[in-house]
Amino acid sequence: MLDLTYDMPKPKIIAGAKHDWELVIGLEVHAQVSSNAKLFSGASTAFGAEPNSNVSFVDAAMPGMLPVINEYCVEQAVRTGLGLKADINLVSAFDRKNYFYPDLPQGYQISQLYHPIVGEGEVLVELGDGTARQVRIERIHLEQDAGKSIHDMDPHMSFVDLNRTGVALMEIVSRPDIRGPEEAAAYVTKLRQILRYLGTCDGNMQNGNMRADVNVSICLPGAYEKYQETQDFSHLGTRCEIKNMNSMRFIQAAIEIEARRQIAIVEAGGKVDQETRLYDPDKNETRSMRSKEEAHDYRYFPDPDLMPLEIEQGWVDDIQASLPELPDEKKSRFINDFSLSDYDASVLTAEAESAEYFESVAEGRDGKLAANWVINELFGRLKKDDLDITDSPVSPAQLGGIIELISAETISGKIAKDLFEIVFNEGGDPAVIVEERGMKQVTDTGAIEAALDQIIADNPAQVEKAKVNPKLAGWFVGQVMKATGGKANPKAVNQLVAQKLAQ
Amino acid sequence: MSIDQNTAAKVAKLARIKVEDDALPALASEFNTILGFIEQLNEVDVEGVEPMVSVTPLRLKRRQDVVTDGNQQDKVLSNAPDAREGFFAVPKVVE
Repeated sequence: MLDLTYDMPKPKIIAGAKHDWELVIGLEVHAQVSSNAKLFSGASTAFGAEPNSNVSFVDAAMPGMLPVINEYCVEQAVRTGLGLKADINLVSAFDRKNYFYPDLPQGYQISQLYHPIVGEGEVLVELGDGTARQVRIERIHLEQDAGKSIHDMDPHMSFVDLNRTGVALMEIVSRPDIRGPEEAAAYVTKLRQILRYLGTCDGNMQNGNMRADVNVSICLPGAYEKYQETQDFSHLGTRCEIKNMNSMRFIQAAIEIEARRQIAIVEAGGKVDQETRLYDPDKNETRSMRSKEEAHDYRYFPDPDLMPLEIEQGWVDDIQASLPELPDEKKSRFINDFSLSDYDASVLTAEAESAEYFESVAEGRDGKLAANWVINELFGRLKKDDLDITDSPVSPAQLGGIIELISAETISGKIAKDLFEIVFNEGGDPAVIVEERGMKQVTDTGAIEAALDQIIADNPAQVEKAKVNPKLAGWFVGQVMKATGGKANPKAVNQLVAQKLAQ
Repeated sequence: MSIDQNTAAKVAKLARIKVEDDALPALASEFNTILGFIEQLNEVDVEGVEPMVSVTPLRLKRRQDVVTDGNQQDKVLSNAPDAREGFFAVPKVVE
């Protein structure tokens, strides 16, 4: 298999008033496990239900209720770990993270601080300009989500919905290997793509099924390299954590504005305080969440309600054997087998469904032509109607049929677009439509010649001009195409026009 | 390690337990007694001994990913001092 190699991207530089600064970024991504039931209870995880209807007494933290782990959620965490080429810990354990908040009825979140289920892994983050960053994953642990508080329904009260309470989250923690706002967004995009390929998280950021906490610090050029050599954090600046962001755009904007805030403080001789901050997109600023600071003393301890989670290597091996082909492998195979460009292969493998569609079209046909048609015509047309690839009215077999007709020169590229539109709107077998509606390309030089002779006879003045200025030949080609309803083979027309005008 | 009154007050606050100032010295002293006991346990040499999490060889019990619970909004809210439109209503908490 072709291994794709990339250059390392340059870190983003922000010019301060005194000197240049670099950014150092690490992310904690919370990805909701795509499960039917919650991590420790049998209540549903369905989004958009009536408030407090997907709540068991375990989630509501009624006295005496005990958590029982959902095996499927464990499997999905392992699957995610394997997809990120990470170490799987056969023994992990759950801890209580204690804090008070109205949407946390237990008064603690069950998480995995000391013994996470997944250890170190890595993600290759391509940046689309021929460079890519290898981002190290520190760990993935399983934990419970909290409920939702709504503050704008009443001036004096907050409203609490526990439907999300206890839903399984995978917290994916990266090392501080990300060096700019664009890289951070590309990292989240890549992570989302891998999770969707694996089927472990739907990646729906709008519904909050994937959210990120971003740690940002600044350093002088050269300091980061010292950190990488020694893994000693003292070479880096003090970091701030921006909480809970659920859009790629906000992640980028928040990092940029937070870095500039830190640069201003340090250049004025001040010191950055390590703290938790909140990004306000309306004002484009980050603000301290002071109330969180005192609560930071989480008094973690092992959850006495839960035995350690022990899994067997054989089970892990079975999960490994069931992994689908992942984006990196699929992309390099597409480049290799179908001679696609890096860009086309990236577009086609962005979603597993698109890749599958493309492969069915390309199988046994011209791969490059198939890629052009899927990306330019199909994706463009679907977007116009706001449809997903899975809802495409044109099946891979139908699009493949159109491509075969082009490859066999039965139809011209221009007619193929008309044909595509017909198939898109009306369905049907492309070959039959071409036959029935007389869309076949005219390659019969006799018919083309007759049309051309007629045009020459009707336009003697044009002919004289074209003999002096060969560029005007194009006008004759256009007229022939018009006279044949666009069905004439352009190559044949060009040849004939050149011949006739030379006479 | 020894717990002073300030630490005792902080621990009480984190646990949202109200402790009057005049009760703090006694509380701090109780903490110290407990910690003293733990320190005594710390003197035992456990080099090479696997940590024991249970006296019987229990395996963590697992559940299938099936919805078996929920749809009991009325029961879930029945102990709430204030509930409106299906939500728990609590005094305003804003960041």
